[in-house]
Amino acid sequence: MHKIIAISGVVIKELYRRKDFYVLFVLTALITLLMGSANFFGDASLVGYITEIALLLIWISLLVISISTAARQIPSERENRTILPLLAKPVTRGQLIMGKFIGSWLAATIAMLVFYLFLALIIWSRGEGPKISTYIQGIWLHWVCLAIITAMAICGSVFFSAPSANITITLIVTSAILTVGRYLNLLAEQKPEPFQSIIYAIYYAIPHLEWYDLRDSIVHKHPPAPWWAAGVVTLYGTVYSAIFLTITWLRFKRTPLINA
Amino acid sequence: MHYYQTICILSPVIATKANNSSPNAKAVIEIKNLRIVYPGRGPKHPPKIAIKDLTLAVYEGETFGFIGPNGAGKTTTMHVLLGFIQPTAGEAYIFGVNVREPIARQRIGYLPELTYYYKFLTAEELLRFYGRLFSIPQPELDRRIDYLLKLVDLGQVRGKPIKTYSKGMQQRIGIAQALINDPDLLILDEPTSGLDPIGRMKIREIIQRLKSEGKTVFFSSHELGEVETVCDHVAILHEGELKTLGSVQALINQYKMDLEKIFLKVIGYPSAN
Repeated sequence: MHKIIAISGVVIKELYRRKDFYVLFVLTALITLLMGSANFFGDASLVGYITEIALLLIWISLLVISISTAARQIPSERENRTILPLLAKPVTRGQLIMGKFIGSWLAATIAMLVFYLFLALIIWSRGEGPKISTYIQGIWLHWVCLAIITAMAICGSVFFSAPSANITITLIVTSAILTVGRYLNLLAEQKPEPFQSIIYAIYYAIPHLEWYDLRDSIVHKHPPAPWWAAGVVTLYGTVYSAIFLTITWLRFKRTPLINA
Repeated sequence: MHYYQTICILSPVIATKANNSSPNAKAVIEIKNLRIVYPGRGPKHPPKIAIKDLTLAVYEGETFGFIGPNGAGKTTTMHVLLGFIQPTAGEAYIFGVNVREPIARQRIGYLPELTYYYKFLTAEELLRFYGRLFSIPQPELDRRIDYLLKLVDLGQVRGKPIKTYSKGMQQRIGIAQALINDPDLLILDEPTSGLDPIGRMKIREIIQRLKSEGKTVFFSSHELGEVETVCDHVAILHEGELKTLGSVQALINQYKMDLEKIFLKVIGYPSAN
């Protein structure tokens, strides 16, 4: 396990020593701060909308941070050939994948905690905010969602050699799942065979990331979902992350590290 | 059957080596009938045979030079030993363990041909990272980092990112990372390539020092004078084929010429005759 932790430590160090990361990080923090603190015409409901936009911004930023971090890991190791001295040590390719996954996920987690902390400070400093339990549940499920997205991007990186292609495809797929994933079954009902079966197959195969999005509940001050449901969804996310990482390992374990 | 004895059939020089081998010496590297074929990519790019049935062994305490022209298959062979490439046929063992097993790399230090390190890390962070991959306990790791940074003359810049280092300094941090686990076998891929004379001398000194400590060193180089000075044994590879193998002295005695001329003769370079 300490080998995995060592590899993930390097991933985190790399991300937090990159200037482009700070641009996104500072920009999101700044906009969140400004949006959250704005108070137009003293209208309390307007502040709710602004909080909603701030949450959307957090989701988009974290999507970009987690995908761009994870998608680069293995291709850049191969391109820069840093993978050679690394795998010349007693490290398995499975440990490398796990280290890259945990590192990318934790790096996104640190950014996520900072963003939510900013937002919480703003919301609660302005009076009555959302239910704390809903807010915590929202953060928890967002965190699990980031694990699935990170695993998906790592998986994509062993199929697409160019990180840019992987980042674009993973961003499109993730955004599509988040926005239309929940409606696929309704669409399937309206289609004739064989399209119906195909759309149903896609509906059941994709990870339903929309289950992890509690932005509406936070903004509208709803009570949290039952915790057993959050537990089931966490288990679901763990299974999907494991599936993506297993596919990555199966593909990567026999891949030559450098081209002939 | 002893590997050298097997190859003796092919070359009289190897017979000398076989006769000189200590009967108690343990094989550190064993390569048996290794064949690497890169698959073709269409009619314009047919399959390429990178290594043709290579069989050799390197024994404990030897400094073994692996020489050959560019594209001979030296780096490919090293990559097989390190588990980067799966052989098409044949097997390779390090300390008796199949190279497919990650544990085979526990007692190895590897220096790649070029400096492939995390440039955003400092020298100390890099060594600490690699040390943790070998599960070296913290106090021992601290001691080794101090010792190695001193050995490669990088103690003064240990806190600076590697991206600020010169090529020679990067090559020296490469040597330090290869030694972090106090390995019994060092695989060095052209360790002096692209270095200035001082840099080359420093690397040579380090190899000599490792040799005096009884470490087994397996290295490739184009600097044949350096190989002649440093190595006990050499193997000459050409177009994926082992052309000759034996002790440096035996080769020089047999051919009555220096290693550079032997090399040119063995690979069939016209001016050598």
